[in-house]
Amino acid sequence: MALLKTESFVQNDIRFHLLPTDRYKTITVVAKLKSPLSRETATMRALIPFVLKQGTASFPSEQKLRKRLDELYGAKFEIDCNKKGTNHILHVQLEFANEKFIPNESEITNEGLKLLWEIIFRPHIKNDQFIDEIVAREKRQLENKINSLYDNKIAYANERLVEEMYKGEPYAVKADGYIEDLRDIDGKSLYDYYKRALTEDDIDIYVLGDFSPNEMKEKLTALFSRKQAKREAEVAKMARKKRNEANKIVERDNISQAKLHIGYRTNCTYKDDGYFALQVFNGLYGGFPISRLFMNVREKHSLAYYVASRIESHVGLLVVYSGVETAKYERAYQIIEEQFTDLKNGHFTEDELTHVKKLITSSIKETLDHPTGTIELLYQQIVGERELPPETLIENINRVKKEDVIAIAEQIELDTIYVLASEEGE
Amino acid sequence: MNKVEKLHYAQIQETLFKKTLPNGLTVFLLPKANVTKSYAIFMTNYGSMHRTFVPIGKNELVTVPDGIAHFLEHKLFEKEDRDVFSDFMKYGASPNAYTSFTKTAYLFSATDNVKENVELLLDFVQDPYFSEASVEKEKGIIAQEIKMYDDEPNWRSYMGTVKNMYVNLPINIDIAGTVDSIQQITKEDLYMCYNTFYHPANMALFVAGNFDAAEMLELIEQNQAEKTFPEAKPPEVKFPYEPEKVNAQKETIKLPVSLPKLSLGIKEKKQQLKGEVLLRQDLIQQMILDHLFSKSGAYYKELYEKELIDDSFDYSTTVETLFNFTLISSDTEDPERLENELKEMLEKTKSLTIDEATFSIMKKRKMGEYLRSLNSLERIANEYLHYHFAEIDYFHAISILDTLTVDELNEHLAEWISEDRLTTFVITI
Repeated sequence: MALLKTESFVQNDIRFHLLPTDRYKTITVVAKLKSPLSRETATMRALIPFVLKQGTASFPSEQKLRKRLDELYGAKFEIDCNKKGTNHILHVQLEFANEKFIPNESEITNEGLKLLWEIIFRPHIKNDQFIDEIVAREKRQLENKINSLYDNKIAYANERLVEEMYKGEPYAVKADGYIEDLRDIDGKSLYDYYKRALTEDDIDIYVLGDFSPNEMKEKLTALFSRKQAKREAEVAKMARKKRNEANKIVERDNISQAKLHIGYRTNCTYKDDGYFALQVFNGLYGGFPISRLFMNVREKHSLAYYVASRIESHVGLLVVYSGVETAKYERAYQIIEEQFTDLKNGHFTEDELTHVKKLITSSIKETLDHPTGTIELLYQQIVGERELPPETLIENINRVKKEDVIAIAEQIELDTIYVLASEEGE
Repeated sequence: MNKVEKLHYAQIQETLFKKTLPNGLTVFLLPKANVTKSYAIFMTNYGSMHRTFVPIGKNELVTVPDGIAHFLEHKLFEKEDRDVFSDFMKYGASPNAYTSFTKTAYLFSATDNVKENVELLLDFVQDPYFSEASVEKEKGIIAQEIKMYDDEPNWRSYMGTVKNMYVNLPINIDIAGTVDSIQQITKEDLYMCYNTFYHPANMALFVAGNFDAAEMLELIEQNQAEKTFPEAKPPEVKFPYEPEKVNAQKETIKLPVSLPKLSLGIKEKKQQLKGEVLLRQDLIQQMILDHLFSKSGAYYKELYEKELIDDSFDYSTTVETLFNFTLISSDTEDPERLENELKEMLEKTKSLTIDEATFSIMKKRKMGEYLRSLNSLERIANEYLHYHFAEIDYFHAISILDTLTVDELNEHLAEWISEDRLTTFVITI
């Protein structure tokens, strides 16, 4: 049995995905606009969500747009920009109550879809450009957002790790853009960029909830339409420099606990056959509270409250992160490394392997009980350019053998250690 | 002998089974055929605020070290011979737990072996094992947890504002305690707190997801029947007198942040509510905040256009049986001006009246939000139990919402703000 009914089709140069299910009391619609991540466009693209939030042609201010959402039974509207691998994704989401549960209502879905279409395709403009005053104000908002990363020390340390590790490579480009690139953006240049994005980007639209697929298909294709002008083929990706030994960076700040972040190159992404074994390796290493890192750094040595690893599927990055006493980060690092070596040497049992596979496949199934989780999981296939429905993903994880895990561990290379340490200590 | 109640809620199309077992444990089951996973939460009506009480079997009040409820939550996962995490792992489940000011909860989510996992959940929470060595070991881990929170400016701002509001009520003490206070905790303290507050009559279990209700209930009943507990008497907890006024009107601290942060706290006039009164008050407070400070609100618009707030702007209201407060916060370049503007706005609400047309949109918004909350099993189970301990049926919220009147909102507005119930907390660079 398929875990999830999915119907995908391309029409009007847009890829649509219908996910009919009676699990939810709302209907969730997500539009994903994908373009290659690049320094030239990153800041403009990061600014787009801020400006699109400021109104549409028929609701030409943030307040008018938000009042419209209130009328639609508090529809939830989210828009942001993030990166997946070396893609810069504009994510636009609207979730509204299913009219089935509200007496005497029949227009929420139609009006909700229309509003989402307007937000994307009929923004608030004047004389063929975004309004300069709004753009100027939203530039300051974006600047605040870029700066505020510093307030979240774990996220900040993670960003610093990526920045150092991928210096000169496309993945180092920041999804939130750069303050120094904001200066030259105005209503005209930003709208010109956005128009280009709307024709060149790949657009995927997901609709999930309790609806009739045929009716939904008609509604969507009548509303969402465009002519795509494919952008020119991308330049070949820059080859990365090989490191002879790990890059180590220690920075200091007025904090009470050191943030230790370790980046590895796995040389394996979503597209590769080894991807499933990589997932399992991560599960054994630091993906769960029963993984090696948690059991040793935390439970055995009491050095940390959190210590975990995770993978970025599309660029092949494995990160270990933990919060430890500044005076003890080297000890923690040593224990983390020992765990890695242990796994690489095959020091794990068939039982452990079975349990971890079970945890991974359970978490995939659980994701399918969340509206946005489901859509994100399915969208992995678009970003990864590989057809891998959840049930196939699960089957492949279940097939991973001990030797596959060892083989993947052997190709993982330590790249960069980043420590944000407190000012005293050591 | 209690019978199982089958509760059907027509508008939201949910069916819930409820039973109070002979040992006092209240069980809720929400079977759903159309989901893959199951989620269970086992909650005790005991949190960081329950620090002065009469221990079970004793007659005199004691005060325990700060952070003990949270410490106990950590330690229940460790048994003499094993770690509970690995037990759940064998069944592919992910366990977790949390401690708040008023509750401690243990939970798991799983896609298979739901029955085995429910048994595990009941058994590990009801079978404590504390040793001196493992208590000592945990101090290092929790010290790092406390330090992690110390490095989070948003948490500092939240706790700082709460401390400014409450003079005596122990909500003004950090949930995890301090690095110093946890050093005093002993295994005897843990047993004393455990025995006093983990009696089944002081707890509730909620299981939601893909399972058969009758089988599940049978399993739970059998599991509980096999265990013995002393006679149930509600724990006697002493909370100090709390005046209406705030503790301090303003405080400023320095932290490494990119922009200053301002948080404004409103210590609500109506404290210590329960039942339908609490739920109505909760809805009223939320609806008024949404009306004024959400992105469709007039006050939000004004502050945004003056560039006194940014994307980090946030507001919340927390109505519990023991306390009731509202927070409004944002990163800002000019905390002083934002504080003045916010206070002026709040002052103006005294003469504000909401009309019927606006009220009907406010209600629509709340209704949609409520339906959205029912999308997630975790959300349902947590909210349901949270309200259960305040004597509210969360699945009735939509009908209560229906009966709210604009007059109730306007009455609230008239007495909402008073200068001596306001506080601000500022973090500067």
